[in-house]
Amino acid sequence: MEALSLLVAVEEAAAADDAKNANAAIGAGFAYGLAAIGPGIGIGYLVGKSVEAMARQPEAAGMVRTTMFLGIAFTEALALIGFVVFILLKFA
Amino acid sequence: MSRPTDPAVMTRPVGGDGVEMSISTDMIRRGAIVAPVIVAICGVVWGGDGAWSSLYGIAIVFANFLLAALLISTAARISLGLLMGVTMFGYLLRLGLIFLAVYAVKDAPWISLPALGATIIVTHLGLLFWEMKYVAISLAHSGRASDAPKLS
Repeated sequence: MEALSLLVAVEEAAAADDAKNANAAIGAGFAYGLAAIGPGIGIGYLVGKSVEAMARQPEAAGMVRTTMFLGIAFTEALALIGFVVFILLKFA
Repeated sequence: MSRPTDPAVMTRPVGGDGVEMSISTDMIRRGAIVAPVIVAICGVVWGGDGAWSSLYGIAIVFANFLLAALLISTAARISLGLLMGVTMFGYLLRLGLIFLAVYAVKDAPWISLPALGATIIVTHLGLLFWEMKYVAISLAHSGRASDAPKLS
């Protein structure tokens, strides 16, 4: 009887570990996915407007490209923050 | 009233020099200056593993900036439409490459993931803010090039 209750306790502990790992994996997936979607929309909008500006005023293309490149890098920083949260949740 | 745009402009190369490469190399040059400090701080906080991870993180950030600049400036030499597509897909490609670069070393004995993550974020944002200062000054003084501080 004692052995049976020990077996049940081990099974419950294993199930709890599985649930914890599954929750961490789901959380990590959401963190990376959501963190990539936002900057994706942002970069799309930024580049779309920059291309429009370059098409309308080709003489200002150099300035627009400079600010566009920095804007892309700043927007991408958000995705990198989400990525770091993901690797810490998933692998650390 | 906005000026109507000629649709053919989307198929022409973009004007201006390859500013992305010069911005990117500027950031890498400044990053090389501060890299020993970042590595030392990570080494103190996370030990030897932290120092190696920090070095790897700095290399990832440099490669990311270089690849972004290379993709955008190459596409801009071809056409405006391609620039738009390459920028969007380049974003996905670079995120994927960063994931692969981290995934490849996640179980390495010398890796410290908190040090790697902190280095990626701090180096990326720090170099951008540093560069932004110089770019803002040079854009503000664009008409007076002789008075303006140099970009690098």
